[in-house]
Amino acid sequence: MDNTQLLLALSTALFAIGLAGVVIRRNLLVMLMCMELMLNGVVLSLVTLSHQAASTTGAVLVFLVFVVAAAEIGIAVPIVLLLARRRHTLDADAFTDLKG
Amino acid sequence: MQQAMLWFFALAALAGGLLMLLLRHPMRVALALISTMISLAAIYAILGVHVIAVFQVLIYVGAVMVFMVYAIMLLDVRDASFTRRYSGYLLPGLAGLVVLAFAFAWGLRRDTVSPAVAVGSVFDVQPFSAAFLNDYWLYFELTSVLLLAAVVAAIAILKARRRGNG
Repeated sequence: MDNTQLLLALSTALFAIGLAGVVIRRNLLVMLMCMELMLNGVVLSLVTLSHQAASTTGAVLVFLVFVVAAAEIGIAVPIVLLLARRRHTLDADAFTDLKG
Repeated sequence: MQQAMLWFFALAALAGGLLMLLLRHPMRVALALISTMISLAAIYAILGVHVIAVFQVLIYVGAVMVFMVYAIMLLDVRDASFTRRYSGYLLPGLAGLVVLAFAFAWGLRRDTVSPAVAVGSVFDVQPFSAAFLNDYWLYFELTSVLLLAAVVAAIAILKARRRGNG
């Protein structure tokens, strides 16, 4: 197994673990962190492939993804805190207003 | 040596990810995620992509995860979501994880990956910043607009919270 394949396998494993965490965990903040794990897996594959292609464009794209992730967390965490203040819980099962 | 370190940090990142599924308290989950992110930064440094490794530590660990840890410290630890780990989707989620892992393994097995090329100085700070500010300056400016919008949105959320309380 060469390095590229190892890192691609790691990135897919991190993505799968993060997706499973979003589905099976109960706490909203933990679900948010599992989403960050998915994003990290995707960024790892992006870095691996841009390293393989020796392109600076990939590094620029990774930097832009970092900025977007920071903005996303900066909005998502206050929303989670707002939900916790309203319902006094972070249980994802407590938020069923949109359930049919 | 480099190969051994690559394997070590890859296994450390994977272990951190698996711990995120197993640990109960969100603070420990956050610490597991931080260890995964630092392992990934080490992998980037081993690959020679030092700019990305520095950004991974500064932005993700330094800003995003510290913010997350502050949010965890603000919350009530006696909440039911802190004592019960998994939601009702535990079995479907684990079945989905197994299916997804097999699908990815199948895709990687069929993938014919060419060997990694040895890069010289493509990923040094100087060519990175030259490409960033010469070719992609528009995206750099758009990034600042995005961050401004995020700040405005965060302030709007804070005001909504104050209205809800009072």
